[in-house]
Amino acid sequence: MRTKAIIRLLFTVSVVFWLALVLIDVSIVFSASNNLHSGLPSWLPNVVLDLFILALFFYYRLKFDRDDVLNFVDLLWRVFATGLVATVVSLVLKLIEYLLGSTRLTTDVVFVDLIYLINLGLMVGFLTMAFTAWKRLILYQKSKWLLRLWNFFEWTLLLSLLYNAFDFPFVEGLFWSMLSFFVVIGLVLSANMKWVAYLNFRQKWTSLLLLLLTIFYLLYISFTNSSIVEVLSGMTPEFTNYRFHVFILSLMTFVTVYSIFSFLVILFNLPTTSVFEQKLEEVVNFQRISQSIQTEQNEDSVYNILLETSVSTVFADAAWLEVKSGNPNAKLFTYKITERESQDIINHLKAKNVKGILDQGSDKTKNLSKHLATLKGCRFRSILAFPIYVKGENIGTLALLKELAEGFNREMTKIVSTFANQAGISIENFRLMEEALQNERYKEELKIAKMVQKSLLPEVLEKDSDFEIAAFSESADEVGGDYYDTLRTNDHRVSLIVADVSGKGTTAAFHMSQMKGIFHSLAQDCIKPDEFMCRANQALVYCLERGSFISATFFTINTHTKTVHYARAGHCPLLYYNASREKAEYFKDKGIALGMVKNRSYSNFIEANEFEYKSGDIMVLYTDGVTESKNDKGEQFGYDRLADILVEIHDLNPGEIQDHLMKRLYEFSGTTNINDDYTTMIVKFT
Amino acid sequence: MIHIKRLQEDGVDIIALIGEIDASSSIELDLAIAKSVGEGFSKILVDCNSLEYISSAGLGVFMSYIEEFKDQNIKMVLFGMNENVANTFEILGLNELLKIGKDKAQAKSMVNEL
Repeated sequence: MRTKAIIRLLFTVSVVFWLALVLIDVSIVFSASNNLHSGLPSWLPNVVLDLFILALFFYYRLKFDRDDVLNFVDLLWRVFATGLVATVVSLVLKLIEYLLGSTRLTTDVVFVDLIYLINLGLMVGFLTMAFTAWKRLILYQKSKWLLRLWNFFEWTLLLSLLYNAFDFPFVEGLFWSMLSFFVVIGLVLSANMKWVAYLNFRQKWTSLLLLLLTIFYLLYISFTNSSIVEVLSGMTPEFTNYRFHVFILSLMTFVTVYSIFSFLVILFNLPTTSVFEQKLEEVVNFQRISQSIQTEQNEDSVYNILLETSVSTVFADAAWLEVKSGNPNAKLFTYKITERESQDIINHLKAKNVKGILDQGSDKTKNLSKHLATLKGCRFRSILAFPIYVKGENIGTLALLKELAEGFNREMTKIVSTFANQAGISIENFRLMEEALQNERYKEELKIAKMVQKSLLPEVLEKDSDFEIAAFSESADEVGGDYYDTLRTNDHRVSLIVADVSGKGTTAAFHMSQMKGIFHSLAQDCIKPDEFMCRANQALVYCLERGSFISATFFTINTHTKTVHYARAGHCPLLYYNASREKAEYFKDKGIALGMVKNRSYSNFIEANEFEYKSGDIMVLYTDGVTESKNDKGEQFGYDRLADILVEIHDLNPGEIQDHLMKRLYEFSGTTNINDDYTTMIVKFT
Repeated sequence: MIHIKRLQEDGVDIIALIGEIDASSSIELDLAIAKSVGEGFSKILVDCNSLEYISSAGLGVFMSYIEEFKDQNIKMVLFGMNENVANTFEILGLNELLKIGKDKAQAKSMVNEL
């Protein structure tokens, strides 16, 4: 906002100074022509003119600084528009003069002076505007040296205003040397035309037109002004003559010279524009291929982009891309050629036994044009083929065709081969990213499965005055399928289950939830353990996929009779501590895992057992993760170690036994980073 | 890691398992058995002499073939298991569903008897 206000202020100030100049100059001229003494010092009009120039100079400078994004054509357009306005106003003045005819007014010195001052103002405005615009063009892609030279030029020019401001005695030598000094610097600066290269063909034409008109305006305005000055100087010597103004003259020369230079440079650049544009397009195409990996949805679009960009870069008449990734039938992407036609060419080259790129056996770019000549009815005369590599594996061939013989040059070969390489990298990246995404998805899935698994395990276990239960389950990074649960069926009966679902991951969690459903529905009605297993097997046979099974042990504790009924279906044998005998032993009953036998003969493979418990007896239920846990020597934790530990710590309560067991297990494996699921359920009778 | 070798003796396909079978290597075991069946062998011996460990996934592979072999009258006998491996089979009850011999000679006679 502040700069905007300053810009407005500067404009107003410059207008005010111009009006002041008009007043002062007219009054001087009027006084002189009427032989009166105006009383104004002779240097005043010059100072006011300089102030006017200064205000205008900074006005344009700030105005241009504000528009950062101005492009070249817009810049030229502005200069042109300003010139147009100045010229039109000047022409209107001329028209008025013409319409008035040679009356007294038109020959009146004051009137002529007024016209002159208006023209002068317009010219100075146009010149400063053009100067500021050219500054922008020259300093595009500036170097330190260039910037220094420019600043020197600008500041010495402004300093020259001082020379004009005070009525120094006119020294011809000084005047001309200053002028020629500025002209020389201006010429040196005019050599900076880098911006021209960045115009495209259309923009160049527009610029040429705009510059031509700008040059015309410049010439017209300087001609008009000098002719008015001629007339005026014939009438009176006492007016502000710009022809001795170093600043204005230097500016005029510089602006005109730069305009003409630009015009010529653009004109001579026109024929080579297409080359530059092509190079630019190559860069853009290259970027497109590299970026395609981030934006495109699939490999196909990468292939399509490769095809398009290659064709447009080398001006091929047709092209195809043969991709042999995975599937036996190569996929063909074509551009301006039918699949049949390209297949014909491929077959022809094969038939000719051309050992080249097309059979994907070679890894060098090949120009196979000479072989095309022998193919009848083929409209193409040049062919160039490139291999595409992904992870060192040749996944396809890019073939470019031209109807012209010898249509490809070395340069094109290089460019397209870079494209092909880049496309290979893009596809490789693309595949890697896809893999990473897939992994991420699996991880997410696993997280959910783990949550499900956790939620399936009971938070609170049954309690009884006869026994106390502690249970614990910890799974490795992957989701395991360990399950335990308790259910009270009536005031003196409680059912327990420990199960291990084969396999890991989501399916394991899924089967675990099935097992939970089965347990909670079957255990409700005081079912016998072997009956439980038979019916669970029957239910699971149709749910488990090939090769999956569930091992389980099911118990019912009867606190009236102080007996435990149980059945073991392929699960790790129960470890039982007998308090009266002070011994721990495994109950290795017969029984195969659930889901292994698909027919009703399962009942033959399962048996139910029972035992009486006494106070101090301990049941340790666990999954194979515990006994199969290995130490760094590859030894298993094993059954004996487990039993020994139990004997050692049989006095502790279930929770403590469990903690101690886990501690020993971690000590044994030497790491807390478990690679299987550890699950224990400890029941201590009281 | 598992290494699987196959060799044929008197029309019997012997699949030797060397190493450990876990969840990932069980796929190789599955492939080896499927290949043997695919080649038309009706007598298959599985040499477990060098099998150090088998996980439940590996057992699942043997289990999954039980019904199929019964239907197609294909005989499979495992032999030479170490104590650990044999224990794993026993706990799951697979020893009741599969034929398990002591050594190669016994396994051979078992497979021919059946």
